[in-house]
Amino acid sequence: MTAMVTAEGVHKSFGPTHVLKGIDLEVAPREVFCLVGPSGSGKSTFLRCINHLEKINAGRLYVDGHLVGYRQQGNKLYELKDKEVAAQRKDIGMVFQRFNLFPHMTALENVMEAPVQVKRESKATARERAKRLLDRVGLADKASGYPTQLSGGQQQRVAIARALAMEPKLMLFDEPTSALDPELVGEVLDVMRDLAQSGMTMIVVTHEMGFAREVGDALVFMDDGAVVESGHPRDVLTNPQHQRTKAFLSKVL
Amino acid sequence: MTDPTSPGPADKQPAGPGPSKTGAATAVPPEAIKAIPVRHPWRWVSAAVVLALLGLLVYAFANAKIEWGDVPEYLFSDRVVEAAGNTLLITVLAMLLGVVLGIVLAIMRLSDNPVTSAFANLYIWFFRGTPVLLQLLLWYNLGLVFQTLNLGPLYKNEMTDVMTPFVAALLGLGLNEAAYMAEIVRAGIQSVDEGQTEASHALGMSRGRTMRRIVLPQAMRVIVPPTGNEFINMLKTSSLAMVIQYTELTFVANEISATNLNPMEMYIVVAVWYLAMTSVFSVVQYYIERHYAKGSVRQLPLTPMQKLRRNIFSGPRMKGTR
Ligand SMILES: Nc1ncnc2c1ncn2[C@@H]1O[C@H](COP(=O)(O)OP(=O)(O)OP(=O)(O)O)[C@@H](O)[C@H]1O
Ligand SMILES: [Mg+2]
Repeated sequence: MTAMVTAEGVHKSFGPTHVLKGIDLEVAPREVFCLVGPSGSGKSTFLRCINHLEKINAGRLYVDGHLVGYRQQGNKLYELKDKEVAAQRKDIGMVFQRFNLFPHMTALENVMEAPVQVKRESKATARERAKRLLDRVGLADKASGYPTQLSGGQQQRVAIARALAMEPKLMLFDEPTSALDPELVGEVLDVMRDLAQSGMTMIVVTHEMGFAREVGDALVFMDDGAVVESGHPRDVLTNPQHQRTKAFLSKVL
Repeated sequence: MTDPTSPGPADKQPAGPGPSKTGAATAVPPEAIKAIPVRHPWRWVSAAVVLALLGLLVYAFANAKIEWGDVPEYLFSDRVVEAAGNTLLITVLAMLLGVVLGIVLAIMRLSDNPVTSAFANLYIWFFRGTPVLLQLLLWYNLGLVFQTLNLGPLYKNEMTDVMTPFVAALLGLGLNEAAYMAEIVRAGIQSVDEGQTEASHALGMSRGRTMRRIVLPQAMRVIVPPTGNEFINMLKTSSLAMVIQYTELTFVANEISATNLNPMEMYIVVAVWYLAMTSVFSVVQYYIERHYAKGSVRQLPLTPMQKLRRNIFSGPRMKGTR
C-alpha cells in the first residue's frame, strides 16, 4: 500500500532563514498523524508545503504517489501550472488556526463554494451535501448564519465541513483549536475524533497532547526545522528519548 | 477562566470599602428609577443663535435684487434640462472609463512584472500630479500638435474633428479619474486578509476564481464608499468641462445669462440641479453600501423604508415608557 504522504529530505528557506532542514517522514492511509514542537520549529511551514502553498527548495514531497507542485520527466522537474496545482489541492483539505471562513458568505455558502466553483457541481447537489456536512458537525441550525454571527468553535466546525465538501483524501489541520476559548476546544476535537474514526487520513499540528495520545496513530516531534523523534504517541509522550522532547513535553503537559 | 461556583459580578466589584453583599440584590425586585433629567440651557441658547442667523440670511436674500421668477422659468427650460442630461451623461461615462481603467491599473500595479507596475505608477503620478482643468485643455487642444489621428488601417481623421468637446471632456475627466480609482481599487484588494486567498487556494480554486469569488467581493466593501464619493465629485467636477465648450449645466448657465443678463439667477438654477442630482445619488449610494456590508456586520442597518414599516406595524412606542 502506498503512503498517503511521503517527504524525502524536504528543505525550505525564506530568503536567508532556513526553516525546514531535511524532513523525512511517511504518513500511511487512514492514519492520524500528529505533529508537535515548539513555536517556530516549522510545523505550519511543512503543512503548507504539502499542498504547495509554499514551494520547497530541495527534496521531494509526494501525496498519494504524486509529486507535489512539479512534474518529473527524466531527471528534469517542470513546475506545474496554476490550474494543475489547483487540481492537486482539491484532494487535500486544510483547516487553519484562524478559520479563514469567507465572511461574505453564509455557513452553507462557504461549504458549497468549492464544489460548485471547482467541481462544477450543480447547486442543488452541493447544497444537499453542504447541509449533510453541517449536520455532521452539529451546525444544521446555523446554515444561514454569517461567520461573524458564529462563535469561534462553530466557525472552525464550518471550516472543517467546508474542507470535507471537496471529499479530500487527506486533511491538514494547523493548530485548529489554538485560537479558541478553552470551553470551545472540546466541540472541535469531537468533530475531529469522529472524522478520524471514519478513516480519514489526517495530519494534525496540535498542542492538545490528550487528543494526540487518544486519537493519534503516529506522532512526530519537530524542533528547529528537523524531526527529533517519532513513534506512537503513547510512547513518545510518556517515554520521550531525547532531551529536547522531554524539555518541550514538560512545558506543555 | 472564572470559577463557576463564584457569582459572576463578584470579580467586577470595586475593592473599596462596603461592597454590597452579592446575592442580596437578586432577592428584591429592582426599583424603577425616577430621576429629574439633566437640563441643557446652552442647547436652547445655541439653537436660538443659529435660528437668528438663518433668519437674517433669509431676510437678506428676500430683499436682494434677485429675479426669483427666473428660477422656475428656467429650471425646466429645454436648454437647462438638456444640459443637465449632458452633465449626467459625461459623469456616468467618465466614471465608467475611470473604474474600468482603474481596475486594470490597480492589477498592473500589484503585478509581479516590474514594467507593468512601473507604468501604472508613472500613469498615476502624472494624472494625479496635474490639475484636471489643465488636462481638459491639453486634450481639447491636441489638434495643435497632432494634426491627424492615424490608427493605421483602422481609423484616420483630422484631430480637430475627433477631439470634440464631448470626447475631450470624456478623456480628460475619465483618464484623470482612473488614476484615483486605481488607488482605491488597490487599497480594496490589499485590505482583504491573506488568509482568504490561502483558504481559497487550499480548496482548489484557481487564482482568477479566487480574485473574482473571494477577494473582489470583499474588497468591494472598501472600494464602494469612496467610489460613491468619486461619483458625486465627478458630478461637480464635470462643470470644468465648460472651458472646452462642452454644453453641461454651468456652461449653459453662463450662456443664457449672457443674453438675459441675470447670471445669479442662472447660477441658482443650476445649483438646484446639482443639489438634486447629488442628493438622489447619495440615497442610491446608501443602498449600494448596505448591500456590500453583508457579512461584515452582525446586523445590517435598517433601510429607511424598513424603519418606517416597523414603526407603523409595531404600533406607537412612547418615549420614556418602560
Ligand atoms: N512567509 C514567511 N516569510 C519569512 N519567514 C517565515 C515565513 N513563514 C514562516 N517563517 C519563519 O519560519 C519559521 C517557522 O515558522 P512556522 O510558522 O512554520 O512555525 P510553527 O512551528 O508553525 O510555529 P507556531 O507553533 O508558532 O505556529 C519561523 O521562524 C518563521 O518566522
Ligand atoms: Mg504554526
